Amino acid sequence: MDSFTVVLQVLDSTIRLSVPLLLACLAGLYSERAGIFDIGLEGKMLAGAFAAGAAATYSGSAYAGLLAAVVVSVALGLVHGFASITHRGNQIVSGVAINFIAAGTTVILGQAWFQQGGRTPSLPNAARFNPIDLPGVETLNGIPVIGAIYSELISGHSVLVYLAFLLVPFTWWVLYRTRFGLRLRAVGENPAAVDTAGISVPWLRYRAVICCGLLCGIAGAYLATAQGAGFVKDMTAGKGYIALAALIFAKWRPVHAMFACLLFGFLDAIAIRMQGHPLPLIGEVPVQLMQALPYILTIVLLAGFIGKAIPPKAGGVAYVKER
Amino acid sequence: MSQPFAKLPAWADYGLLPLINLIVAFFVAGLVVMLVGESPIDAAVLMVKGAFGSGDGVGYTLYYATNFIFTGLCVAVAFHCGLFNIGGEGQAYIGGLGVAVVGLGLGNVLPWWITFPLAIIASGLVGALWALIPAWLQAKRGSHVVITTIMFNFIAASIMVYLLVGYLKASGTQAPETRVFGDGGQLPGLGWLLSLIGLNMRSAPLNISFLLALVAAFLVWVLIWRTKLGYEIRTMGYSPKAARYAGIGEVRIIVITMMISGALAGMMALNPIMGAQHRVQLDFVAGAGFVGIAVALMGRSHPAGIVLAAILFGMLYQGGAEIAFDMPNISRDMIVIIQGLVILFAGALEHMFRPTLLRVLQRFARTKRQSTPAVAAEGGQ
Repeated sequence: MDSFTVVLQVLDSTIRLSVPLLLACLAGLYSERAGIFDIGLEGKMLAGAFAAGAAATYSGSAYAGLLAAVVVSVALGLVHGFASITHRGNQIVSGVAINFIAAGTTVILGQAWFQQGGRTPSLPNAARFNPIDLPGVETLNGIPVIGAIYSELISGHSVLVYLAFLLVPFTWWVLYRTRFGLRLRAVGENPAAVDTAGISVPWLRYRAVICCGLLCGIAGAYLATAQGAGFVKDMTAGKGYIALAALIFAKWRPVHAMFACLLFGFLDAIAIRMQGHPLPLIGEVPVQLMQALPYILTIVLLAGFIGKAIPPKAGGVAYVKER
Repeated sequence: MSQPFAKLPAWADYGLLPLINLIVAFFVAGLVVMLVGESPIDAAVLMVKGAFGSGDGVGYTLYYATNFIFTGLCVAVAFHCGLFNIGGEGQAYIGGLGVAVVGLGLGNVLPWWITFPLAIIASGLVGALWALIPAWLQAKRGSHVVITTIMFNFIAASIMVYLLVGYLKASGTQAPETRVFGDGGQLPGLGWLLSLIGLNMRSAPLNISFLLALVAAFLVWVLIWRTKLGYEIRTMGYSPKAARYAGIGEVRIIVITMMISGALAGMMALNPIMGAQHRVQLDFVAGAGFVGIAVALMGRSHPAGIVLAAILFGMLYQGGAEIAFDMPNISRDMIVIIQGLVILFAGALEHMFRPTLLRVLQRFARTKRQSTPAVAAEGGQ
């Protein structure tokens, strides 16, 4: 296998691996920009993945799975909102709770409904999001380098992959070019000012939490019905936390979030690729180091050694109306 | 209205409200049990029987409780300083290295009553050092301790897998675990303690680190409520601004608190490693660090409450394992749900019932006040 093909394959799996990170990261972006910290990305994604797997099994439709994933994930998001917006509870505690509830419930219900040790039955291709060929693959295939890049790298992903990457400019547009986005950012920085302008802080924050649940649900559906063929116990395996790391790495900005997720996805792809392949000069790099690298990089960033990550000012603080 | 809620009487705040929250959490858990087609009441009976019905049931319950006392204290100490240490899992995992050094190095040479104190120091030290970096980053650079400790959990897991698969693995085996410690690296069981109350512990791994956990709980109480340092920690947690005006060094308090917290988590490693398995295994912490969050919230960060909450969760762990035999649809994962619900209702939604409870209590007090003169009038006739 020549090195060009290897590079192409690594980049291709980079895209596949970074999509759930990207969706979860954008989900966190909406929530945290509105001042609601969300440790529960992991749990919402996991519950979404289970709902997608279960619904796709029963209905035989990937879109029904997607819908179920979004509904479940938004419901968990509303629980988070109910605790942290309405009852002014600790947002981190609430997020941790959601992670545990999702981790336990998916396994218990999965075992009770499908009797396969917490996983959902393997889905046939008809009930999954399958790769789609973009137009022009055939015509471009003849051209040496561009043809291969187009057919391997750009074309041939599922519709959710394209959706995820389209959501990046969309999120940027929403945040920086719409009234809703302006208010969303304002409520994360200075909720009192938003309140003074006569806009409801709770309702705005609830909408942010719903957006977050929506995207986490799509991320879950991607894991269970596009990347995999059915739900597996603890399917997210810390992706929600990596997404959180990526969000900090991107300093809560959408386009940077995409690059951060691609970077972390790339590290993951390299780690898989390099297993058992010693590098020249360095020797064999332990897989565990590659796996820990996103976390180490985030901590170095958080420490302020490569630029400073400053979270939204009102993040994590419940808003109490002055009377 | 600057304070969101009026104050409740102490007995309601520390007794009734947590109890209501707990009941609601278990009620919702019961709904999940019903959803999978089992009876919640049967499940509860089975659980209590499994946990306390026999000598080894009690032994296992207290063995699990030992882990949770340590991790609960770890979370609680940080809570008192206004810090949320989610890193108990990682600090306990890496603390296993300290136990491994003592157990592997001295287990064949020295008796247990010398290796035990050394292992306490080593595990505590390693756990404390693992908490030092997040603490320092929080104090000096303002990086949020929640995020950094989560990251450190993953880094700790990676390091331990790397070491256990590569360096610490016993020669000639495939399993990623160390060799079994010598006799000096194995802690004595507490069968004699249970036989005092007429129970036979049989193979349950309850060991002397349970007593260490109780001592640690007492010492944490002394630290938080009876020392100058504890006062400074609480001041910092209650109002960092007031602490600053009082001349309390923010960096010093945050670092010291987090290191104590990490040390407590690190000592948890003693119980499964030296007390039960006599070797370091992959993922020996098994989520106990996270259970500590639920335990600390339920115990309201008070050592006495934590010991009770830890025993309750020990019961859930042991009883949950027993239920699985009779109700195949309910596995250990049920405990994870209960844990999540307890964290939700006792932690994030702790204020949900407060206004209602306050109203009920006020109405109760009013009717009592109104009825007292009426009784007096009747008596006067």
